[in-house]
Amino acid sequence: MTAPVVEVANLTKEFTVKSSHGLRVIRRTVHAVSDVSLTVPSGKTVGLVGESGSGKTTVGRCILRLIEPTAGSVKFQGTELVGLPAKDLRKLRRSMQIVFQDPYASLDPKMTIGASIAEPLQIQKVEGNHQDRVAELLELVGLAPDHARRFPHEFSGGQRQRVGVARALALNPSFIVLDEPVSALDVSIQAGVVNLLQDLQEQLGLSYLFIAHDLSVVRHISDSVAVMYLGKVVEVGPAEELYSASAHPYTRALLSAVPQADPIVERERQRIMLQGEVPSPINPPSGCRFRTRCPMAQEICSVEEPALIDRGQGHPVACHFAEAVAVTLGSNVSA
Amino acid sequence: MLRFIVRRLLWAIPTLFIVTFVVYCALRLATNPLASYARANPRVAKDPEKMAQYVETNGLWPGFSGYVRGYFVWLKGFVTGNWQVSIKGSRPVWPNLKIALVNTIRLGLLAVMVSIPIGLSLGIFAALKPGRLRDTAVNTGAIIGFSVQPFISAIILQLFFGVQWAKWFGEPLLPTSGLYPPGHQGFDPVLMLKYMILPVIVVSIQSIASYSRYMRASLLDVLNSDYLRTARSKGISERRVLVKHALRNAMIPIVTLAALDIGAIVGGLIISEAVFDYPGMGVFFLNAQSNGDFPELMPWMVIITSSVILFNLLADLAYAWLDPRIRLD
Amino acid sequence: MTEFQELNHVDPPADLHHDDSIGVLQTSLSPKRMAAKRFVNHRAAFVSAIVLTMIIIFVVLSPITARYGINESIFKAEAGHPNQNLAPFNLAWFGTDSNGRDLYSRIIYGAQVSLMIGLFTAIGSVLLGTLVGGLAGYKGGWLDDILMRVTDIYLALPLLVVLVIVRGMLKNVDWVTAIMGDTSSVRFLVILLTVVGWMGVARLIRGQVKQLKEREFIEAARALGASSSRIMFRHLLPNSVGQIMVALTFAVVGAISAEATLSFFGFGPDAGSGMTSLGLLIRDSKKAVPPGYWWLVVFPGVFFIILSLCINFIGDGLRDAVDPKMQQEVK
Ligand SMILES: Nc1ncnc2c1ncn2[C@@H]1O[C@H](COP(=O)(O)OP(=O)(O)O)[C@@H](O)[C@H]1O
Ligand SMILES: [Mg+2]
Repeated sequence: MTAPVVEVANLTKEFTVKSSHGLRVIRRTVHAVSDVSLTVPSGKTVGLVGESGSGKTTVGRCILRLIEPTAGSVKFQGTELVGLPAKDLRKLRRSMQIVFQDPYASLDPKMTIGASIAEPLQIQKVEGNHQDRVAELLELVGLAPDHARRFPHEFSGGQRQRVGVARALALNPSFIVLDEPVSALDVSIQAGVVNLLQDLQEQLGLSYLFIAHDLSVVRHISDSVAVMYLGKVVEVGPAEELYSASAHPYTRALLSAVPQADPIVERERQRIMLQGEVPSPINPPSGCRFRTRCPMAQEICSVEEPALIDRGQGHPVACHFAEAVAVTLGSNVSA
Repeated sequence: MLRFIVRRLLWAIPTLFIVTFVVYCALRLATNPLASYARANPRVAKDPEKMAQYVETNGLWPGFSGYVRGYFVWLKGFVTGNWQVSIKGSRPVWPNLKIALVNTIRLGLLAVMVSIPIGLSLGIFAALKPGRLRDTAVNTGAIIGFSVQPFISAIILQLFFGVQWAKWFGEPLLPTSGLYPPGHQGFDPVLMLKYMILPVIVVSIQSIASYSRYMRASLLDVLNSDYLRTARSKGISERRVLVKHALRNAMIPIVTLAALDIGAIVGGLIISEAVFDYPGMGVFFLNAQSNGDFPELMPWMVIITSSVILFNLLADLAYAWLDPRIRLD
Repeated sequence: MTEFQELNHVDPPADLHHDDSIGVLQTSLSPKRMAAKRFVNHRAAFVSAIVLTMIIIFVVLSPITARYGINESIFKAEAGHPNQNLAPFNLAWFGTDSNGRDLYSRIIYGAQVSLMIGLFTAIGSVLLGTLVGGLAGYKGGWLDDILMRVTDIYLALPLLVVLVIVRGMLKNVDWVTAIMGDTSSVRFLVILLTVVGWMGVARLIRGQVKQLKEREFIEAARALGASSSRIMFRHLLPNSVGQIMVALTFAVVGAISAEATLSFFGFGPDAGSGMTSLGLLIRDSKKAVPPGYWWLVVFPGVFFIILSLCINFIGDGLRDAVDPKMQQEVK
C-alpha cells in the first residue's frame, strides 16, 4: 500500500457563534465536527458524504487549515499541519488545493479569468511565463486560452467550475479537496466535470477528497467513502462495499434516495423516509446523534454513543444494531 | 426574567461609571471651567488665593491624575446632592434643569406619539405592495424628510405660520416662540399644546422618515422569510399571516432601533427648541455651553447618557419579550 | 436619451467558439453595467444626478454665473434709495440681504464653500473610515469590538452635542490648534467633521468587508497562501468600491448638514471679508423671520434642501445599484 497523502485523526471543530440582540450578545457553541478520522491514500479518491450541515466542508477546510481545528491532528505527507508555522504552511499550500461548491462565489468578480488562474503563480512566486502557464491550464480543463481576458460573469457555472479547477491545478498540487464541485451545476453538465476530474487524476496522479451530499455522485469516482451525520463519521468503507452492504441506517436512507438507472429496480426501490429535521449542531442529541431520526432507535441509543468499529461487516460502522440493519431494512436495493 | 433584569441593571452601573468619567474628562477639556469662572467673575480672577480655593473646592486640578481625583470630587457631590453651583450667576443647577427636563419630556413624548404611529403605518403601507406607486411614494417622501434639516423647517414654519400668516390674515395662525405668551402664570395644557405644535412638527419630519423606512425594510424582511412562506403555503390567509406573524416579528428590530434612535430625537429636539425658544434641554445646553458652564453641562450630559443606557436596557427587555426564541439566561 | 441607450446596450455574448458542451453561453451584463443600469432605472437618482451636475457647474463657474462680487452691494445706497433687504426684483433675483448684497450670488458663493467642506470632509472620512472599518471587518477581534462599542455610543448621542463638545476639546489643546488652525477656519471645521464623520463610514465598510470575507474567492486566495495585505488590497478593496462610493456620497450630505447645523448655532467658519457658506446664510435668515423678509429665509433653505435631496437620492440609487438585495425582494 502506498503512503497516505492525508491522515486526519480525531478532528474536532467547534464554532462560537455570537448573535447580538440590540446590545446583548449571546454566545453559543456549534459542534460542527466531532472526533473525525480519515485517511486519503496517495492517488486515490475518498468520498465524503452527508446531508448539508453535516460538517463536510468544515472537515475540508480544517484539512487545508483554512480554519484552525479545535482539536485533533492533520498530517499532510507526514507533516503535522496543526500548529505548523505560517511560513512553512504557505510553502505546503502549493501541494494542497481546494475547489469550491459555488462557482459563482469562488471567482473574484473584479478579476479576469486569467488573473484568477495566475494568482497562485504570483502568490507562490513561481518562475517562468505565467501567461503561457495560464493558457496551458485553460486547455487542460477544456477551455480556450483566449478566455483568459474575460470576466467570470461571461461564463456559465460549468465553465466557471473548470476555471476553479484550473486555478487549483496551477501549482501542481498532489492533493485537492473537491467541495461539492458539481452540486451547483445542472445535472446535464455534472458528468462532464466529473469526467474531467477523473482524467486529471489519471494524468497528474492526484489524490482527492471528494465531498458530496448524496451517494450517487461519489459512487464512480471514489475508492472509499465516509458517511457523515451531524459532525460524526457514521460509516466508512470501500465504495462498492458501502453500496452493496451498508450497515448504518443513515447510509441506507441516503442510498434509498438515489434513483436507479434500471427502471425495474427503480420501480421497486423502497425509500426510507427519515422523520423530522436534522437536529441543531448547537445541541446535538445525546448518545447516538442519529437516534432522533432513526427508524431502529432503542433505549440504549440515547445513553451510549456507538463507537465506529467493525462489527463483522468488514468495515467500521457506528451503530449499536449494525448486524440487525440488513435484516430489518432488507437488503440493499442497489446490491 | 427577574434575574435577567437584575443582571442587566448591575451591568448598567459600571457602564455608567465609565461613561460619566469619559464625559467628565471631555467636558472639562472642552469647557475649561476655571477659565469660564474667571471670565464670569473678573474681580475674583485677580485674586490668586480665591482662584486656588475654587480649584480646591471643585476639584479642578490639572493633569490626568487631577482629572481622576476631580471626577471623584464631582461624583461625591453629585450623588450626595451637593451639586456644584453654576458658574454664571452662582445659582443651584437642579431647579432650572428640572424645568428644562420636564418641558423637553413633554415635547419629546408628543413628538414620539405623533411620529411613531404615522411612521410605522407608512412603512407597513409601503411594504404591503413593494415596488408599486405607494412604495415609491413613501420611499421618496422619506428621503425628502431626511433632507429637510430641522433648523430649516423650523424657520420656514415660523415665517409662514407666524409672520406671513399675520400679514395675510391679521394674526399668526400658531405661536412661534416660547411655551406660553409672555407674562402667563400657572399651568395651562391646552395653551401649551398650541405652542408645541410647530416644534413637534419639526422633530417629527425626520423621525417619521426614519421610522417608515425601518418599518418597511423590517416588514419586507419578515414577509420574505422562509418561515412566512411556509405559513402561507399551509394556507393561512394573507391577513392572518400579516397580523399574527409578520407584524409581531417585524416589530422586533424596530423596538431596538426606536430605543437607539433617542439620540436623533434629542438632537432634533435641541434644534427645534432653540429656534422656537422653547425652554427645554436644548436651550439649557446651548446657554450653558456658551458660558462654558461646566457645573450645568455635567448633570445635563449625565441625564442624556443615562437615558441612552436606560433605553438600551428597555430595548433589550422588549426584545426578549417580543422574541420568544431568545432565552433569558 | 442617448446615455440611457448606451447604458442599456447589451454586450454581445462571449464568443466561445471553443466547444463547450457543458456550458451555456452567458449573455449576462457585467456587474458594473448591471449596476449602472439599476442606477439609471432609479429615476429619482438619475434626475438628481443631472440636477447636481448642473448645480456643481453653476457653482464652479461662479465668475460667470454670479452676478455680483462676494462682498459687493448691488448698488450704492443713497437717501431714499436703500439697498438692504430688498425683495426679489430684476437687479437681485433672490432679493438682497441686510448689507445690500445679492442673495442669488451669495448662495453660489456659499454653496462653493459648503460643497468644498462636504467633499474634503467626505474624502477624509472615507479614507479613515475605510481603513479602520476594513481592518475591523477583516481582522475582527478586539479592534472590531472597540469600533462597535465606541460607535454605538457615538450614534446614540445627538450629533450637535458631540460636535460641540469635540470642538471645545480640540480648541483647548494647544498642539491640536497648531495643526488645525483657528476654530473659525475652514480647515478646523473640515478636521472636526472628519473626526466625527469617519465612524459612520467605518461601520458601513466593516459590514461590507465582513460579508465579502465569507465569500469563497477570499477563501480560495487564502488557500493559495495569499497574505492579509494581498487579500485586502487585491480582493476586498476592489470589491468594496461600490460601497465606498455609497459611503462617500452619504458622507458629503452628512458633512454639509453638519456644517450647516454648526453654522446655524454660531460654530461655523468665520464670515470675514464676506465669505459665506450655506449654513451661514441660513443662520442669517433667522434674523429675517420677524420682519418677514421671506426671500432671505426661503431661498437659502430651499436651495439647501434641494442640494441634500439630490445627494441623498444619488446615494440611495447607488446603494440599490451596488447592493440590489432590496430590489430583488421587490422583484
Ligand atoms: N464559520 C462558521 N461559524 C459558525 N458555524 C459554522 C461555520 N461554518 C460552518 N458552521 C456550522 O457547522 C455545521 C457544519 O457546516 P458545514 O461544514 O458547512 O456542513 P456541510 O458542508 O456538510 O454542509 C453547520 O451547522 C454550520 O452551520
Ligand atoms: Mg458544504
